[in-house]
Amino acid sequence: MKFERYGIGILKGMTVTIRHLFRHPTVNQYPEQRLNVSRRLRGNELIWNRERCTGCATCAKACPQGAIELVTATNLKDNKYDVTTYRVDTGYCIQCGLCVEACPYNALFMGYSYERAKYRRGDVVQTNDELLESAERPASGYYHPEIAEKLPRQTLLVERITEKRKRK
Amino acid sequence: MAIIDLVINRRLSLAALPPDWPGNNYWWHWLFFTIVLIAFVLVMVMGAIYIERRAMGRMQSRLGPNRTGPFGLLQPVADAVKVMLKENIVPDNADKIVHWLAPVIAFAPVLMIFAVVPFQNGALLADLNIGILYIVAISSISTVGVFMAGWSSGNKYSLLGAMRNVAAVVSYEIPLVLSIVGVVLVAGSMSLNTIVLKQDIPFILLQPLGFLIFFAAACAEINRSPFDLMEADSEIVAGFHTEYSGMKFAMFYLVEYAEAIAMSAIITTIFLGGWRGPLLPPWLWFIVKTFIVFFVMVWTRTTLPRVRIDQLMALAWKFLFPLALINLFVTAVQVLVWPDALPWTAVYINIAIMIILIFLWSRFFKLGWGRVEI
Repeated sequence: MKFERYGIGILKGMTVTIRHLFRHPTVNQYPEQRLNVSRRLRGNELIWNRERCTGCATCAKACPQGAIELVTATNLKDNKYDVTTYRVDTGYCIQCGLCVEACPYNALFMGYSYERAKYRRGDVVQTNDELLESAERPASGYYHPEIAEKLPRQTLLVERITEKRKRK
Repeated sequence: MAIIDLVINRRLSLAALPPDWPGNNYWWHWLFFTIVLIAFVLVMVMGAIYIERRAMGRMQSRLGPNRTGPFGLLQPVADAVKVMLKENIVPDNADKIVHWLAPVIAFAPVLMIFAVVPFQNGALLADLNIGILYIVAISSISTVGVFMAGWSSGNKYSLLGAMRNVAAVVSYEIPLVLSIVGVVLVAGSMSLNTIVLKQDIPFILLQPLGFLIFFAAACAEINRSPFDLMEADSEIVAGFHTEYSGMKFAMFYLVEYAEAIAMSAIITTIFLGGWRGPLLPPWLWFIVKTFIVFFVMVWTRTTLPRVRIDQLMALAWKFLFPLALINLFVTAVQVLVWPDALPWTAVYINIAIMIILIFLWSRFFKLGWGRVEI
């Protein structure tokens, strides 16, 4: 409402909006079209590597939410700890990534997936084998540049739109 | 049976009907146009909702609804079904009867506006010789419904929204009516059908300032952005319909769009030449023009941010009201002094007057004794 400029400001705004009417909208039709997320995404679930894990529980101590529960048993034969239970309550997880940064043996990664919502509250608590890496739950490159290198580059909406313009 | 016989006998005994009693075709005419108008309003509202959501989406660099049916054309249907299936919640401390009556009282006048809007030469429910006056009188009644809704909800946000609505409608009614009077002076009639017949050139050219004033005042009257602060989501939740849900909320939603369509139809009729136009059939011209006016409303809505309540009042009383008075005076002088002036000379003179007046008044228009820049 800049009437000092005699309504010219309103007219300028109107031309801006009408120009947008004939522009290609900057949108992504989500379920059909997907953008590549960041390679360092701190995604939905933690990925745990059973072989590298020594059961030191540094991750559990680093977790500000106390979402990681770790139970070990002594393995006298091999002279080391056996991890009997590794349980993460992903409902409590705030995706801060401190556990991944804390792990001295590179046995813990953030998840790269972002569509891991559950229907039941009980499904949110994950134990042992549910935490292993699989095709549906790849590891993210967060704090692990060697993994990030192998992941596809992130695409941005803006790039999509410029591609569309170039094609014309 | 005895009672019916009695009534019929009484009617027969009153054979001497008053001279202005409607003829035989009257009730068929009435029935036909009532059904047509109700269907017309409902279909137009669906079209309006679709146009608003799609156009607004595209203007905001979005797509708008595109999932339901081809191009999202069935979105209004889906909305209607959703809203009808929803639970109807009435607050405990609401005034139940008033709460129930409010949507009805808000909705009925909007339908009644269309009674005097011509779709074609003579194709209207009632060709009142005071058509414009009737519209001004009727359209203000829905404010009563809105205020009833706000008061009966027992919610401070509802009451605030309703009070703002009443304040805005009372203020904007004046420039609205004054700009209509200019048109009435030029046309020499209050009947909408006659006004359309007189428009050899659309009155938007003869009354450009009147059109701008009417458009702004109409937008304020029907709570559309940038004057939608009676439903300002960021301040008072949803204004007067905060406590409404289900079918009653649907009624208010319908009222909002039906009012927008009604105002578009009135602007079409009195400023844009109504059903007149080449090639296409008259009723189609009318609908096309109505949608064009509605599109301009959507356009301003997307462009302009919401005004504050003091800016709203200042715009009505300091800007639109004096301009409307001057416009009325100028029009009256023109009609009196040069009744047979060439229309195109009058058009140029009036456009020049409009530009000069807006230029001058923007200089004078200040808020807070000139401290606040707007």
